Amino acid sequence: MEYKQTRKGYADALIELGRQNEKVLVMDADVAKATLTEQFEAVFPDRFFNCGVQEQNMLSAAAGLALEGFIPFASTFGVFATCRAGDQMRSSIAYPKLNVKIGVTHCGISTGGDGASHQSNEDIAMARTLPNMTVIVPGDYEESRLATHAAAQMSGPVYLRFGRDKYPVVPEIHGEFQIGKSKVVRQGSEVTIITTGILVSEGLQAANILEQEGISTRVIHMPTIKPLDEAAILSAAKDTQGIVTAEEHSILGGLGEAVAAVVSENYPCPVHRVGVMDTFGESGHSAELLDKYGLRAKDIVTKAMQIVKR
Amino acid sequence: MIAPKKHLFLKDKARKIRKEIVTMVHRANSGHVGGSLGAADLVVALYHHLMKHDSTNPEWESRDRFILSKGHCTPVIYAVLADCGYFPEQDLLGFRRPGSHLQGHPYQPKTPGIDASTGTLGIGISTAVGMALGAKLKGQKHYYYVLCGDGEIQEGQVWEAAAFANKYKLDNLIGFVDRNYLQTDGHSEKVMPMDPLDAKWASFGWKVFEMNGHDFNEIIDTVEKAKKENRPVMIITNTTKGKGVSFMENKAEWHGKPPGIQDFKKAIQELA
Repeated sequence: MEYKQTRKGYADALIELGRQNEKVLVMDADVAKATLTEQFEAVFPDRFFNCGVQEQNMLSAAAGLALEGFIPFASTFGVFATCRAGDQMRSSIAYPKLNVKIGVTHCGISTGGDGASHQSNEDIAMARTLPNMTVIVPGDYEESRLATHAAAQMSGPVYLRFGRDKYPVVPEIHGEFQIGKSKVVRQGSEVTIITTGILVSEGLQAANILEQEGISTRVIHMPTIKPLDEAAILSAAKDTQGIVTAEEHSILGGLGEAVAAVVSENYPCPVHRVGVMDTFGESGHSAELLDKYGLRAKDIVTKAMQIVKR
Repeated sequence: MIAPKKHLFLKDKARKIRKEIVTMVHRANSGHVGGSLGAADLVVALYHHLMKHDSTNPEWESRDRFILSKGHCTPVIYAVLADCGYFPEQDLLGFRRPGSHLQGHPYQPKTPGIDASTGTLGIGISTAVGMALGAKLKGQKHYYYVLCGDGEIQEGQVWEAAAFANKYKLDNLIGFVDRNYLQTDGHSEKVMPMDPLDAKWASFGWKVFEMNGHDFNEIIDTVEKAKKENRPVMIITNTTKGKGVSFMENKAEWHGKPPGIQDFKKAIQELA
């Protein structure tokens, strides 16, 4: 299996966008080497603004640049954009619905060695409760690249979430990227797995295991958390016995709760969530942490079995 | 120095605006009267003398911008914008009421003439540095005026913006700190000491001036000087909170308290 960084998809797309549209600007808060926006700086030094270690000012200043007609991509780590600069995301960007793209990396437990302080497992919950905010969590390098282009195409605030590590390349999710649309990457009739972000590869592996057990499994990849593809969720609720959600994020407030709300209000069926339990992470290698915090195919299989055995 | 006729005109405008401020906050039974009264002379001088703007074309690209970073003082900016003709004066009746475009704090998408949304303290000046940078990238020559509260500058984000303005040499940015030494919980130097303000801003690379925020000649001369600087300028604007209504002057309690009917009548009498 090939592995590539999702943040590299973001950084590569920024350069492509920079060539296409001179209104595209990139801002960073002294993590340009980590978000990889230094690549953009190398090509377009006059359209790159390093704000230093000041995420709050970066997001409000990005709002100012958007008011002047630019398309700023404000880049930092997920935890800094949502937790440190949550007010600026809300009051400066979301409330006036300004055309700012917030591109964040180092999200989820796979951030690894930096530990809980830097592992953003709450940011999807924070971003998706903001009115006017579009929230996208791409699954691999290519989808990250395409999602960044899609974000630039639309007018309005977008939260783009990427990881730090290299993650499996999943050809099934490539092709056209439409904000708000999920992709059925495997058809099935007994149970549904809905993934977001980098857990799509674990979802597909889980489906393989379940198929071997004779359980027909549908896998839906849902990179847009908001607006949510409710039609795809309801089809799954109607066609299969239940849904397992999988996300590299807290089980609180993310994809799982969003799916559960749609299902319970419209077509109740069991929804089981795979995600980080209500706990902070710790330092470790990315793979060790995905194992330890229960974000693997086997964890998805366990939940799916609970549904089909009900 | 401005011509005596102009001086009289500005004084009359300021009196009208102060009456409107007191009326709006009384009618809504909600809003910030003290800081609005204190800033009235400055905002009148900006919109009726210093700024290049056109109420018939609020989106005019080359206009000067005004960002009310102390966003709670909407009564003063709404009264001035209505007086300039950005929207009908009867809209002021809707201040802080459901369905009105006149929100408690400035909301740029809805209110003609409002150049940036503010409200939570610190974001206004920070938005302004982004706007000023944007104008420089486009080679535009207009100015960005931003009014901060002296309580507001206790926010860390203000100093992030100050550093940013210095880095990008934003000589199209002119700030005011409304120095009335009063904030919600009392005397500013007791709540959180920030003096000496001049040294603080100067150390961040800004040119600093100080002026009496109730003297039109001084306001206009100082801003004209500020425009000649080749770096961001902060003007420490000494004001009296509640200016123009004797019983509100220098009283922290009038920061966010709406005047009841008796106080309202007394205030309007004084401003007649």
